Amino acid sequence: MAFFEVKNVRIAGMAAGVPEKVVCNLEIENISNDYDAAAFVEVTGVKERRFDELTVSDLAVPAVERLLHDLGWSKDEIEGLFVVTQHGDYIVPATSCIMQDVLGFTKECMAMDISLGCSGWVYGLSSVASLMSNGMLKKCLLVSGDARRRVEFEDPLFGYAATVTALEYHEGNTGFKFHFGTDGSGYDAIIIPDGGARNQISASSFVPQQVEGRFYTPLQSRMKGMDVFSFGISIVPKSVKKLAEQFGFDYLSYDYLVLHQANMKMNNMIAKKLKFEPSKVPSSMWNFGNTSSASIPLTIVTQLKDSCEKHSVNLLCCGFGVGLSWGTVAFNLDHIVISSLVEVNQKCRSQWV
Amino acid sequence: MKTLEEFVSLFAEQFDETDPNEITANTEFHDLDEWSSLIGLSVIAMVDEEFEVALKGDDMRSSITVEDLYNKVLAHL
Repeated sequence: MAFFEVKNVRIAGMAAGVPEKVVCNLEIENISNDYDAAAFVEVTGVKERRFDELTVSDLAVPAVERLLHDLGWSKDEIEGLFVVTQHGDYIVPATSCIMQDVLGFTKECMAMDISLGCSGWVYGLSSVASLMSNGMLKKCLLVSGDARRRVEFEDPLFGYAATVTALEYHEGNTGFKFHFGTDGSGYDAIIIPDGGARNQISASSFVPQQVEGRFYTPLQSRMKGMDVFSFGISIVPKSVKKLAEQFGFDYLSYDYLVLHQANMKMNNMIAKKLKFEPSKVPSSMWNFGNTSSASIPLTIVTQLKDSCEKHSVNLLCCGFGVGLSWGTVAFNLDHIVISSLVEVNQKCRSQWV
Repeated sequence: MKTLEEFVSLFAEQFDETDPNEITANTEFHDLDEWSSLIGLSVIAMVDEEFEVALKGDDMRSSITVEDLYNKVLAHL
């Protein structure tokens, strides 16, 4: 059973970068062969999304810059830079290595990518916190997010975002309690079929196929929506309850349940099954859509800024999806720094490239 | 245990525009004008709540009539 606890590490601050450009789903004609835009918005809760010709590092770099400034941290202090993404700037090399240079971090900085999506922030958090808990690494950054450049902008569910979570060694801190799980039998529930080593790019990779009423080429991410929905509403309540049982706490006493922003109907169902009041389950889907591994920190940055800056709050977060993979974490945020949302356009990008 | 009749009624409640009287156990639901993958999500949510069964997309796709789907739910119990 993949339960564990990591102590002596705290989240010091968080920030998020999104494209300045807003796409409104209600303005998309022919959103699907099966349903109209209004029905889509009502069920998924995704009215607007951010989208532009930008990559995950384009969005992350200015967010990192702002967060370091707001925290008063020097770049020389950053000993680890971890990037959770499934849409890196290149297939090879790792985006974290590129960012180390662009950000001007010292060459004594550890950098690595982690390839996970919806569950990725929780996995990334566990990995970074574990590396730091013995006190050798004092300050590290966890970047998580996706900019799905291969997907056309009409794809109504997903938005672009990159977030940054600043972690620091803090002796005596209660840290994080984790539960993780995996079900690889559902590997094709969310998949880009072609372009990897298994199915290399061929002429057929560019031919659109119909998937649940919308068309995707095998080079674009497609989803078995009903399977993912069924997975989410059953696995998330179980994971939260298992974590609470393992560590002996009452999950309903937590201040907020922050779920991966999959779709509104799914998240409402999960909250209802766990008997969480809707006011304790914040959402950023209406304005940003499903932002993959960015969705949990983006929701904290955009919806819980005041609470997390001015108070001590206990959070339960669960990421779940592509893999299929899931992770739940319980932790405290005590007067952390949350930078105001960083909006990026192509002009901003040209300032550092 | 809910009867087939009760299941048909719960199934029909997931539609906004379709007349509930139009939906019977023999209805080939994929052919209904309003049927979509979004309605499919509502049906999965209903089955989870009422039967504590996690239906998969394949259960939905391989069912022709509402009764077929009811039988899939029973098979998962």
